[in-house]
Amino acid sequence: MAEITKILTEHIDKPGIETFKVYRENGGYNAVEKALKEMTSDAIVEEVKKAGVRGRGGAGFPMGMKWSFLAKPEGVPRYLVCNADESEPGTFKDHYLMKSIPHLLIEGMIVSSFALGANKGFIYVRGELMYVIRILENAIEEAKAAGFLGKNILGTGYDLELVVQPGGGAYICGEETALLESLEGKRGNPRNKPPFPAVKGLYQCPTVVNNVESIANTPWIVMNGGDKYASFGVGRSTGTKLISASGHINKPGVYEIPLGISVREFMESDEYCGGIRHGHQLKALVAGGSSVPILPAHLVYETAEGNERLMTYESLSDGGFASGTMLGSGGFIVMDETTCIVRNTWNFSRFYAHESCGQCSPCREGTGWMTKVLERIENGKGSMSDIDLLVDVAKKIEGNTICPLGDAAAWPVASAIRHFRDEFEWHITNPTEATKPGAIYRGEPILA
Amino acid sequence: MSEVEERVALTPERLAKVQEIIKRYPAGQQKSALLPILHLVQEQFGWVSAASMDMVAELLDIQPVEVYEVTTFYTMFHLEPVGKHVIEYCRTGPCCNMGGEGVYDHLKNRLGIKEKETTADGVFTLKEVECLAACGWGPCFQIREKFYLHLTNDKVDEIIDELRN
Ligand SMILES: Cc1cc2nc3c(=O)[nH]c(=O)nc-3n(C[C@H](O)[C@H](O)[C@H](O)COP(=O)(O)O)c2cc1C
Ligand code: FES
Repeated sequence: MAEITKILTEHIDKPGIETFKVYRENGGYNAVEKALKEMTSDAIVEEVKKAGVRGRGGAGFPMGMKWSFLAKPEGVPRYLVCNADESEPGTFKDHYLMKSIPHLLIEGMIVSSFALGANKGFIYVRGELMYVIRILENAIEEAKAAGFLGKNILGTGYDLELVVQPGGGAYICGEETALLESLEGKRGNPRNKPPFPAVKGLYQCPTVVNNVESIANTPWIVMNGGDKYASFGVGRSTGTKLISASGHINKPGVYEIPLGISVREFMESDEYCGGIRHGHQLKALVAGGSSVPILPAHLVYETAEGNERLMTYESLSDGGFASGTMLGSGGFIVMDETTCIVRNTWNFSRFYAHESCGQCSPCREGTGWMTKVLERIENGKGSMSDIDLLVDVAKKIEGNTICPLGDAAAWPVASAIRHFRDEFEWHITNPTEATKPGAIYRGEPILA
Repeated sequence: MSEVEERVALTPERLAKVQEIIKRYPAGQQKSALLPILHLVQEQFGWVSAASMDMVAELLDIQPVEVYEVTTFYTMFHLEPVGKHVIEYCRTGPCCNMGGEGVYDHLKNRLGIKEKETTADGVFTLKEVECLAACGWGPCFQIREKFYLHLTNDKVDEIIDELRN
């Protein structure tokens, strides 16, 4: 692995970096000059492919490959849509990046739109972040005034307009086809695929949807080349990743890490989380946002096979769902021994029930059932058969819905029962004890 | 709390903004302006009434039902009159890990209301919301566009006192 480089956050703490002037003084918009004046669209796509950068919104799909799928029928407009809906519990990196260094996203939108041959781009930001929307709109105005946006950018003949679109409060609109529906002024009901957005997306035109962080990587790739980007990281986990760290650690916050450092280093080093908060012990980790399977402490630093667990797509998913998880959106939620797993699982389940769009019955009904059953276990009114009922409902949701929200609702429940079944049982067999304020099960988690 | 209006109109500035927003989208796709305009409506009236939804339908030349189904789908729009300040409190797991539940209990006691209720003086309405993408800075709530982060009981008291005066 090469030495640690900050690709996204190198300048983030510089005073005034949110302004065009300071951003430009720090090399900002050089990638637009280089891309538009010295490179072809195809050459940029090629560099992004070489970089091996994988979608940072959660699914990890290779960005260059997605770009190369974009249909290019004559005379039909194409769109780039940036997914800034960031609603996955535990994830706050895009929020941090956009509010701190908005021009990085604008610059990324310009070079990416140019690479895709799009003359219009949308940034769909969750409506709760209205103050960030104003920051982005201001950045767009500044870039336009400096000739980096609008008609005939830098005299190259390339036109681009960017629009910042607010959402209205709905997690499901982070799912790319629901996002497109929402952008068209409709309810956020995910679409059936195929057709994929690359063929029929926004207004039925070819569309690429990428996450904020994915797009923010592109200026660096244009300036330094895909090979250089791919020199950071391990295997198919190239480059750096923003991790949103929250929970029972000494230093919650957003950190840019080179992919491939160990989970232990990320958790314990002072550069990152700074260890579990004083005097406490790790109980569980949700490594990639609320949707990914929870890991008990003994599977956090090592895989079931005894290999060191790394912050990569592959290592985190080592062991499959039996003993692994996923990097997901990089929402790193740390829980110490004071955490009640049943309560936490109920809380997440309620989230998915609240956010289900209601189109598919397994998800609409199943998320509600799971929440009710979890609530009764948490309140000391559960029965032993409830545990198997939860497993059964989760299984019936998984894979049976139009979009992956159903899976995202099922996995946290299934994994919590897989690894912490005894804690669920304890709630059921000791209802008086378990419902006392602050009562927490202190047994050992089940070995996988 | 505002009265239920029969006819409503946006301010001239906001109407101009509506025209500017509609121009952002390709011709014939003015429905894309719906969410941005609903935010303008709520900014002006504090909530989104049936009359204002009809007005939006007219502005965009779409059917009223197209506005109703969208307004009711998205959680940010208040469908009933609200207090002067709507406190939107994050109730999701990561914030709870940071002590969010205790602070929430304190807030409810302090205001003397439950979720979805408004204080007798009409100053505060309390609403629970899901993750606000501020988990590492939690517990948190939002009032209009402003985020209140790293909440503690004392901080909640200060904020309430300040907004009440
Ligand atoms: C329920 C659900 C919620 C999602 N939320 C987000 C989100 O908030 N932000 C995001 O970038 N991707 C989200 N995604 C993933 C998107 O569907 C899509 O894969 C992503 O925007 C593609 O960009 P990327 O390849 O750059 O990651 C979500 C997916 C699902 C199923
Ligand atoms: S859980 Fe409260 S902001 Fe994410």
